[in-house]
Amino acid sequence: MLTLHAVRAGYGTFQALFDVSLEVRRGEAVGVIGPNGAGKTTLMRVISGLIRPTTGTLVLEGVDLATTPAHRIVELGVAHVPESRRLFPRMTVEDNLRMGGFVPSARPKFRRQLEVVYELFPRMRERRHQLAGSMSGGEQQMCAIGRALMSEPKLLLLDEPSAGLAPVLVEQVFQLVDRIRASGLTVLIVEQNVQQVLRVVDRAYLLKTGHIQTAGRAADLLASDSIREAYLGV
Amino acid sequence: MINGLLLGGVLALLSLGLNLVFGVIDVVWICYAELIMLGMYGMYFLYTVYHAPIFLAAAICIVGVGVLGLLLHTLVIAPLLGAAPINQLLATGGVLFFLQSAATVLFGIEFKNLGLRLPVLKVAGMFVSYSRLLAFVAALVAMVLVYLLLTRTYTGTAIRAIAQDRQIMPLMGVDARRIYLITSGLGGALAGLAACLLVLQYDVHPFVGLTFGPITFLICVLGSLGNFVGGFVAAFVFAEIIALGGLYLDLEWGYVFAFAFFIVMMFVRPEGLMARRS
Amino acid sequence: MTRYLPWVGGAALVALPFVYHQPYPLHILIIILIWSFAYTSWSVMGRFGLVSLGHGGFMGVGAYVTALAWNHGHVSPWIGVPLAIAASAALAALVAYPCFRFRITGHYFALVTLALSGIVLQVITATRDYTGGSLGYTPERYQGGSSLWALQFHGKTTWYLIALAVWAVGLYVWYRVDRSMLRYALEAISEDEDAAAATGVHVTAEKLKITVLSATMTAAAGALYCQYQMFISPDTVSGISVSLQMVFAVVVGGIYVSLGPTIGAVITILLAEVLRIGFGTRAVGWDNLVYGVLLVLFIIFLPKGIVGSLRDLYRSARWTSS
Repeated sequence: MLTLHAVRAGYGTFQALFDVSLEVRRGEAVGVIGPNGAGKTTLMRVISGLIRPTTGTLVLEGVDLATTPAHRIVELGVAHVPESRRLFPRMTVEDNLRMGGFVPSARPKFRRQLEVVYELFPRMRERRHQLAGSMSGGEQQMCAIGRALMSEPKLLLLDEPSAGLAPVLVEQVFQLVDRIRASGLTVLIVEQNVQQVLRVVDRAYLLKTGHIQTAGRAADLLASDSIREAYLGV
Repeated sequence: MINGLLLGGVLALLSLGLNLVFGVIDVVWICYAELIMLGMYGMYFLYTVYHAPIFLAAAICIVGVGVLGLLLHTLVIAPLLGAAPINQLLATGGVLFFLQSAATVLFGIEFKNLGLRLPVLKVAGMFVSYSRLLAFVAALVAMVLVYLLLTRTYTGTAIRAIAQDRQIMPLMGVDARRIYLITSGLGGALAGLAACLLVLQYDVHPFVGLTFGPITFLICVLGSLGNFVGGFVAAFVFAEIIALGGLYLDLEWGYVFAFAFFIVMMFVRPEGLMARRS
Repeated sequence: MTRYLPWVGGAALVALPFVYHQPYPLHILIIILIWSFAYTSWSVMGRFGLVSLGHGGFMGVGAYVTALAWNHGHVSPWIGVPLAIAASAALAALVAYPCFRFRITGHYFALVTLALSGIVLQVITATRDYTGGSLGYTPERYQGGSSLWALQFHGKTTWYLIALAVWAVGLYVWYRVDRSMLRYALEAISEDEDAAAATGVHVTAEKLKITVLSATMTAAAGALYCQYQMFISPDTVSGISVSLQMVFAVVVGGIYVSLGPTIGAVITILLAEVLRIGFGTRAVGWDNLVYGVLLVLFIIFLPKGIVGSLRDLYRSARWTSS
């Protein structure tokens, strides 16, 4: 479904990704793990169009993402939940969700999708008129994921969903990811929390300082040493 | 006292327009008052010179200045979106010069009056000029409409969103440039409306913008640029002060008091100022 | 070789009026020098990102306080000018202190200063019984117009030398600021106020210092203008137009270069004169129209001004050749 080949990207003179190639097949859950500063967030941003790759190809179901304007990529079915949530703080939960359903194709289905999201996150229904900025970290994460789901995406990009959350909430987040992918959605998830993410994804890539070091099935990676080496250098 | 309230309505309209543009695009149009000046000239020519019906003239005016807002954004602001904020400010300063001078060259410096005599009404024992009442009502209606736009439509919601987090807008499928254009047009249209209302009471000349401009800026700063409610309240407070000053002394003193009040407020209530945004 | 250039140039400038007496060109030169000094004063704070759109107000204060003190208070400009400078310092401190203390910077600060110059204009107009309002004001001539006590002189030569000296002092102040600790503090502040404060820089104090310095210099320019022209009006020495003119001239000439404001003054004043001669009274408004368009074009295409851009060109040429 999504294929990246030899992608390079960065910020100005600083290059963050070096010849990154990966693929995500329909219905899969794929993880990208790696230590801090590996370029995981940059990778997400390249896919969702916030950053353009300098070289390489980036194709989603036959459509070249690298030449598609960023705001069109959502219409193609890619929804990105950014790092640290990035909700609109002074807008209500429902307004935030409405923004998630902004694309023209999502507007007729707004009411229906809203129900779906509220079913998934009953807490959000309770807080629908509350200002998003006043919620706790865990609630904000729910809202952010709900917002991404409003556009009925084909591919969901999750950037460090467990960041800044208490362990019990981290559990909940990954259970949620499991539920989402069980419903047929394709998920690409970027995480520092290796143990948790390798339990919910099928395959994973290890990204370190902009390079893909290893790739493989989640179970295999859990057992191998390469991850420990990448994170701790031993 | 009442007159202060009515002037407040118009000032609130003006600060709304300026706030919208700042909140969304993060640019201050120093030449905003000059757009109003052009709108006032527009009304003068359409109504007094070409005898168009007044409501038609007003409609043309509002749309016309809206288009000017679009042009301003496209020609001057858009090329500078990546530049230092102060450059954007200065560029609109250049437009201010240009518009004032163009008006001087084209229309001359004489004061021009709409020539419309509106009655004075007696309301609850006080004399209220019809034009001031109309201005207040129109401003109120416009603000309600804008409020509805911002809260009940997708575009309006996007406008509020972009003011809070510009960078992730593409993730919502929002084309920021389109939102900027819409906002610029809206800001211009509000200025056009303000022009229609002001021209009922004030003469127009190339430098009439200098009367309203500084006060509008002070209102926006005190009410916090980007904070619509704050601007609204500040507008009325300032208008009262100006009116009171004008009642007992020359009109200019009203503005001086307003500025002095502003300085005092900065010392007294700095929380009223969103100092973090600069 | 280039080290002596300033001295040679300076000597030539000083000798000029003794060699070339035509009053009209000398008048133009004096005007250029006075405004160069005013523009340089603005750039002293403008270069650190403290863009004030209110310097027209300070110039107005400088001009009017001096003139009023003389006409109404019969106080010699030798006292009147320091009085005007003190008044502008007080005004600058009054407005700038709350701005800096409560972190009003950038857009906000520019708007507040813009309002300030507008308000100064309103005050001048409102006190029309004393100041003559928009009709302008004339300091009274004393002893036939040539007196050291009244700081009034007939000869263009004398004024030229005075203006030249003041302009040179302005440049000197610019240089001193450029080489001072204040400069580094302010540059740090303009990059990141919080970081600067964390390293022990007294942000408010430093910003206040440069603002008061800039304001007082501008007021001095206003006073000088008043004494030379012997006629001031709110539009020519104060108000938003003057403030914007200052910014325009410095942007065109180059904000980070010592002679930038002077070049800007040369360009704007010559432009105004050419238009005035070419169009006569029909030129009213055309000069500002051209300024406006040029300002926008410069900001978009040449933000570093003429001198700044030339310097960049020169530097990049040096790099590529070596």
